[in-house]
Amino acid sequence: MTTTHEPVGDRPPFPLPIPTEDNQPFWDALRERKQLIVQECEACSTLVHPPRPMCPECGAFEKTWRPMSGRGTVCSYVVTHQAIHPAYNGFTPFATVLVQLEEGPLVTTNLVDVSHDEVAIGMPVELVATELSDEITLPLFRRA
Amino acid sequence: MSTALRNRVAIVGVGETDYSRDSGRSEMMLALQAITAALADAGIAPSEVDGLMTWRVDNTSEAEIAANLGVKDLAWFGDINQAGNVGAALVAHASAAIVAGLANVIVIYRGMNGRSGARYGRGEVTGRRGQGGSAFTEPFGLLTPQHGLAMTARRRMHEFGTTSRQFGHVAVSEREHALRNPRATFYGKPLTIEDHQESRLVVDPFHLYDCCLETDGGGALVLVSAKRARDLRQPPALIRAAAQAGYAKERAFVDTAAASLAPRFWAQAGVAPSEVDVAQIYDHFAPFVVFALEDYGFVERGEGGPFVEAGGIRWDGGTLPVNTSGGHLSEAYLQGMNQLIEGVRQVRGQSTAQVADCHLSFVDTGIGTGAILLERAS
Repeated sequence: MTTTHEPVGDRPPFPLPIPTEDNQPFWDALRERKQLIVQECEACSTLVHPPRPMCPECGAFEKTWRPMSGRGTVCSYVVTHQAIHPAYNGFTPFATVLVQLEEGPLVTTNLVDVSHDEVAIGMPVELVATELSDEITLPLFRRA
Repeated sequence: MSTALRNRVAIVGVGETDYSRDSGRSEMMLALQAITAALADAGIAPSEVDGLMTWRVDNTSEAEIAANLGVKDLAWFGDINQAGNVGAALVAHASAAIVAGLANVIVIYRGMNGRSGARYGRGEVTGRRGQGGSAFTEPFGLLTPQHGLAMTARRRMHEFGTTSRQFGHVAVSEREHALRNPRATFYGKPLTIEDHQESRLVVDPFHLYDCCLETDGGGALVLVSAKRARDLRQPPALIRAAAQAGYAKERAFVDTAAASLAPRFWAQAGVAPSEVDVAQIYDHFAPFVVFALEDYGFVERGEGGPFVEAGGIRWDGGTLPVNTSGGHLSEAYLQGMNQLIEGVRQVRGQSTAQVADCHLSFVDTGIGTGAILLERAS
């Protein structure tokens, strides 16, 4: 378990994810293989993200992990201009984006090397697995 | 849809404290001042209370309130989880309890130092520091309630062509209502559409004047059976419908919970949205008034922006006046409580922006997480 409130590189000191038994493989795949994987229901093949014990479509507990292509498009975004949370002090303006993977799931993320005022809905993006600590590699994205 | 609740319970007392940025007193004191005011409004003695309910995020327990009021037998109590958005859901639970005979006099209360104490807008209450589901949002900067809501707002602007200027008309309309309400935080302080458009961006697409106030204050409601309500001090506000909804599946960042609740709610009410005389809608952020108008079916999807721009929600000339006390944007942010109070005042004929001949008064307290329809007793 790791959290940080220290800046990592040029990123604001946002909380780091605290993995649980339900999502540890997701974080392991990013750390070990720089791969974005999503739960797939063994019974009905629904892709489920974020990870959870049950498939919301059919109720099955059994699932496998399916690697994603890492490609998607920006579905929505917000730009924080005022440091309404102390983690933003010195880091505004800062964009948070919602990416729809080409396989369908929605992933909340940030874009690297894209200015906040260049972000646009529909922008094609691709995965950049970014190591933030020994335990945590985040699924960030860049312009494709 | 069951109509078992219809007009069998009434809100018979409302009370609030002053609204400020620094109350100088405890949240328990704020809650008790509001509760005693609501009981006096109803003409019911504090010792008669046998049910108490509040928000899970309220810091004063039902037992502490009961110990102050001198409650003899606390027969019913409880709270509802989530965040600020459960006010109408509490009314639904309390109504069901009264119909079932589990309690006779239920008080719903909220006391909060929302500005001088823990601040919702900064994630100080809702932040989870990367635990649970927040592991997939907070590490990327969605740290406060407004971050996730701004994501939905941006997507809906894209899909339906709604503009920031149209959202501004929500803020301006509500401010006009607040100018009539001496209790309102922004009483005496006009707002123009230019003021809104030129105000700083907080979390784009939200400008400063899209955002609700932060308020210290307390509010309370008193509920009894419709039968008991007939011989109390105030005209009863009958609860014609009361229901709640939660997200069953992943948020699509387009639909609000109101899209789930609407068919069930209007079926329970037995009326169409077009029959409603006045509405209070949870305006934590102005754009969500537009989205609620659409998702509850007051207007078609995509028509909410043009509707508010044309003055549709203004008390002066609008076809559906909304947030007639000034709402969360201009009166106070008491997490739906001040809007429930205003909804009651409208059917009593006691609002500072009174809608003429008001029979049906709608209150949403979370863009679908809960709503009630109040009816004037004939």
